[in-house]
Amino acid sequence: MSANPAIEIRHARREFRVKSGLFDTARRVVAVDDVSSSIPAGSVFGIVGESGCGKSTLARLILGLLAPTSGETLVDGKRILDLDRRDRARLIQPVFQDPFASLNPRQRIADIVALPLTAQGTLTKPEIDRRTAEILERVGISLVLAGRHPAELSGGQRQRVAIARALILRPRVVVCDEPTSALDVSVQAQIVNLLAELRRDFGLTYIVISHNLAVVEHIADVVAVMYLGRFVEIGETDQLFRNPRHPYTQALLESVLTPEPGLGVPDVGLGDIMPDPANIPPGCRFHPRCRIAVDRCRVEAPIPKFPSERSMVECHLAS
Amino acid sequence: MNVPLLDVENLSVTFGGQTAAVRNISFSVNREETHCLVGESGCGKSATALAIMNLLASNGRRSARRLTLDGQDLLGMNERAIARIRGDRMAMIFQEPMTSLNPAYTIGSQMIEVLRRHKGASRRAAVDRAIELMGRVGITAPEMRIAQFPHQLSGGLRQRVMIAMALMCEPQLLIADEPTTALDVTVQAQILRLLAKLKKDFGLAILLITHDLGIVARVADRVSVMYAGELVESAPTQELFDSPQHPYTRGLLSCVPVPQKLRRGEPLGNIPGTVPQIAPGYAGCAFRSRCTFANESCAADIPRRLATPRHDFLCTRLPEVMMGASVA
Repeated sequence: MSANPAIEIRHARREFRVKSGLFDTARRVVAVDDVSSSIPAGSVFGIVGESGCGKSTLARLILGLLAPTSGETLVDGKRILDLDRRDRARLIQPVFQDPFASLNPRQRIADIVALPLTAQGTLTKPEIDRRTAEILERVGISLVLAGRHPAELSGGQRQRVAIARALILRPRVVVCDEPTSALDVSVQAQIVNLLAELRRDFGLTYIVISHNLAVVEHIADVVAVMYLGRFVEIGETDQLFRNPRHPYTQALLESVLTPEPGLGVPDVGLGDIMPDPANIPPGCRFHPRCRIAVDRCRVEAPIPKFPSERSMVECHLAS
Repeated sequence: MNVPLLDVENLSVTFGGQTAAVRNISFSVNREETHCLVGESGCGKSATALAIMNLLASNGRRSARRLTLDGQDLLGMNERAIARIRGDRMAMIFQEPMTSLNPAYTIGSQMIEVLRRHKGASRRAAVDRAIELMGRVGITAPEMRIAQFPHQLSGGLRQRVMIAMALMCEPQLLIADEPTTALDVTVQAQILRLLAKLKKDFGLAILLITHDLGIVARVADRVSVMYAGELVESAPTQELFDSPQHPYTRGLLSCVPVPQKLRRGEPLGNIPGTVPQIAPGYAGCAFRSRCTFANESCAADIPRRLATPRHDFLCTRLPEVMMGASVA
């Protein structure tokens, strides 16, 4: 692929110290554990996994909102933490899950969308207004709504506003963290379609984080499956969904309830033990929930295998 | 046919006299049947559940021609009588178990309270029952869990506790309002399997409220689609997915990506526009402003029509238009 990927993640690791009570000794939680990957410009990189697997922490590392404990993340070949805020904002922008929480309730829609541009401090007011109107129209928000406040908009409209704000600086990369999870199905489809259109038109690179596998399957080119802070499998979307190699990926895919009546609810066999990032098991971190684990999995951590150029799997038993 | 366990006829709910949240809906749930109410936010599905339980907010008003549980009228009952039935013969579980559990009490004390209040059971008997049910809903080491507080449990375990608590008095009807929406897909599958098993083991009638058509397809015996407070279509599950009639049902089904059916990168189907605000006295089809098949006839009252004896829908335009469309 291209010599200069849009995003590079090099051995990123992030720990948190968590105290659960006043007299409790702090526990160390490893949210992201030595993750590496490279995302080609113009592609859509999906990250899936259960809650607590570290996918949102990884998103914040990529966005430069959080410093890694060790390792680094690069956007467009530059270390994100070396950039000042204005430069960073021109390169990479977030779209978050809950447009009720991510938009300032006291500001008008037009001001919310224009803020990244205003903060750059390089353009005149009329020029900012012109670009704001242009991007609002592009995401399907009528100018009548520009003077309103977020509370007056529906969830879908608010998410369109959040997308307009992310795109007004024409960034190279947009990180979408659960972009449709707070929305109704009919609206979810509108937003997924809009994101796909905008990527084509603006030549964007997306990182799409979601627990909704159907949405990720629909828009991602490459998908990474995250479990307890690590990528346990990466693959091209069609390949990964058709032929998952890691037992966790298999279980995750089986547990998706597609709208096909008569199939019932599958028994994915993951058991009742929930993964705890403060207490990562020795050996393969997935072994306590794994259907096919053998003795080796309990003591020896698997090293990544690369079955093809764009795929990776971390499992002793995967071929 | 036997008498349905829950029978709802012409139920309406208004809030503050301004908003018609539920408009004249009728449906029933049989024993050992899962009936899904599906629709998007604001369609009135939760208001329906709360109206059945008589738990509407103080500005909510319900009216109905008939509302019976196992043949017994719930409409004329006073609050004391309803309170005796609620939690005993009909129970409800909610989306976010953390907000329904009291954080200041152990889960054990919250579970045994149900049995002691309704059945006057002894403390010892109630504890035994709680431990037994926790085991049956798949909670490992119930003797330890019973002394824990809600925050010490994972989301999936909390929802299992809610289900066990709902089953303490062996209810006939379980109303589950988005019971798995806050959970991961892997845990969701476990909880839904559990509900299906309990339906058989206890002969439960389940009214399951969800926005997720995947859940509907996999667990429902019968589906009712709600839009703007009305039941726009109701059918046995397979039939609804095979031959949806109402344009809203068709639209909703096209919005969900089905793997292998839709090529990647192709746009998903969607329903343009938004749900209108419905005030009492609204006439005609509420979907007409978003419907591609609408004409002037849709502003008049819409008669309920049958597609098959067990499949009805609210639309004057179909199937004529569709037959015309398929010919063209």
